[in-house]
Amino acid sequence: MDKIEGKVWKFGDNVDTDQIIPAERLVSANLDHLNDFIFEKVRPGFAQQAGKGDIIVAGKNFGCGSSREHAPLSLIESGFSCIVAESFARIFYRNSMNIGLLLIECKVDAEEGDVISVDPDKGEVEAGGKIYKFPQYPGFISEMVKAGGLMNLVKEGRL
Amino acid sequence: MGKTIAEKILSEKSGTDAYAGQIVVANVDYVMVNDVTGPIAFREYEKLKTKDLRKDRLVLIPDHYVPNKDILSAEQAKEMREFASKHGIKNYFEVGKGGVCHQVMIEEGFAAPGRLIVGADSHTCTYGGINAFSTGIGSTEACAAFTTGRLWFKVPETIKVELTGRFVGGACGKDLIIKIITDIGVDGANYKVFEFHGPGIANITVSDRLTISNMAIEAGGKGGIFPCDRLTEEYIKDTAKGEWKAVEADGDAKYSSVLRYDLSKIVPMVAYPHLPENGRPVKDSDVKIDQAYLGSCTNGRIEDMRIAADVVKGRKVADGVRFLVVPASQKVFRQMIDEGIMQTFLECGAFVSGPTCGACLGGYMGILAAGEKSVSSTNRNFIGRMGDKNSEVYLAGPAVVAASAVAGKIVTPEQLEGQ
Repeated sequence: MDKIEGKVWKFGDNVDTDQIIPAERLVSANLDHLNDFIFEKVRPGFAQQAGKGDIIVAGKNFGCGSSREHAPLSLIESGFSCIVAESFARIFYRNSMNIGLLLIECKVDAEEGDVISVDPDKGEVEAGGKIYKFPQYPGFISEMVKAGGLMNLVKEGRL
Repeated sequence: MGKTIAEKILSEKSGTDAYAGQIVVANVDYVMVNDVTGPIAFREYEKLKTKDLRKDRLVLIPDHYVPNKDILSAEQAKEMREFASKHGIKNYFEVGKGGVCHQVMIEEGFAAPGRLIVGADSHTCTYGGINAFSTGIGSTEACAAFTTGRLWFKVPETIKVELTGRFVGGACGKDLIIKIITDIGVDGANYKVFEFHGPGIANITVSDRLTISNMAIEAGGKGGIFPCDRLTEEYIKDTAKGEWKAVEADGDAKYSSVLRYDLSKIVPMVAYPHLPENGRPVKDSDVKIDQAYLGSCTNGRIEDMRIAADVVKGRKVADGVRFLVVPASQKVFRQMIDEGIMQTFLECGAFVSGPTCGACLGGYMGILAAGEKSVSSTNRNFIGRMGDKNSEVYLAGPAVVAASAVAGKIVTPEQLEGQ
């Protein structure tokens, strides 16, 4: 996987899926415009400024709460290259792995607007001149990510 | 080496010798989706162009935005109805014949001891209250599960929760789970399951166990599993579909940590905005409310309705307060009428609706304006959860919600007596 470089948008601990995409936007599975509403309640205007190639850096338990796949889907649609967080909530983690949103579990010291780089193969994040190490995905998940997501495993009869 | 309940169920369903930390592919007994999460799964399914579909294992329950809130949600609900009809799925529960998905999964007997159940709704962990391994998943993986009958699971570590004593002073299962979440934090059980042990369990009603398991996810948990005892068997005897098998942990199972609670020390709790971990004793609170909400998969069962009705009987809802009562299913709704509970609520000045997830997730039928506060028997009090980003949700049990509706501020029934 190529090395990624992107601008940081900073968040704290316990970013829940209602913050990422509020429930009142879940009245339709037509996802074309869902990315217009990401973080609309807690950071109005965010969707208009952030996205393509950018990186979210957050604290503990990113993506807690609801199982809505609309959350990782809307972040993929917005074009974020990856989410770097100290830890991820379980269902958000599963959803992201299944559908191809890159998550990096790593505690990184970075400020909003910094440019950081992530090397998924080496397991390293570089921020503010410092190198942070993170572990590789476990075997099964790594295979699934390489296959391009869970539905490709289903198509290939590998689940 | 001995196994926890989670390890035993995942071993059996995967045909492997599974222990915490491993990733297994296991056969699932049932897959549930709702009107919000279903359509994404259906579109993935249609893309596969396959005939494989575990029809008898798929359960479709519209509940989040039904009865249809607006045109968009009407289209979404229609998509689910059409999928059910096109593929001949008999386990589809139309408005008026179902209710909130988790309540329906239990009432209709899909949930039962020893089963492995997944649902595209985070509160699927509820069925741990009746000894199932059940957990919330996403839409795409729900599609994978109802296509192949299988799904991948990381076998979770287990937190042992030892319970002794019995609730006193009006405390209930909701208070215990708020206390646990407050003690360990909203990520205190991330990727793990709770397993409940000890003599205190016999003193907890199955309804309360379901409340406790329901909110395991609010500590990040993959589930919260109770043993199957006489009360469980009694609760499911008329409803459980097909064969089921109680699962017990081995005496030498390995746990990641142990928590201990004496139920007699638990007091009525309220979780302050904006996280379920912000629990405080109700008696230390002084919060004026605009709304009291009784309902949801957490506390919308007939037992909750009875408790709340006892509190409001012969009293009136305070001026300036809306008291909303939303039973979790058509069956609960009917029982409320049969038992005279409906009359009690109507006489006290409550608004009572049919079953829906409604305002619990900020959907509709009880949305809060900026600055408004609601005490609520639901499960989440995140920023803007029930409405405007400047509104506030306080989580509590059914008795406290009812007492607060009468007092106009958050109180216990005991405090109401003193007024």
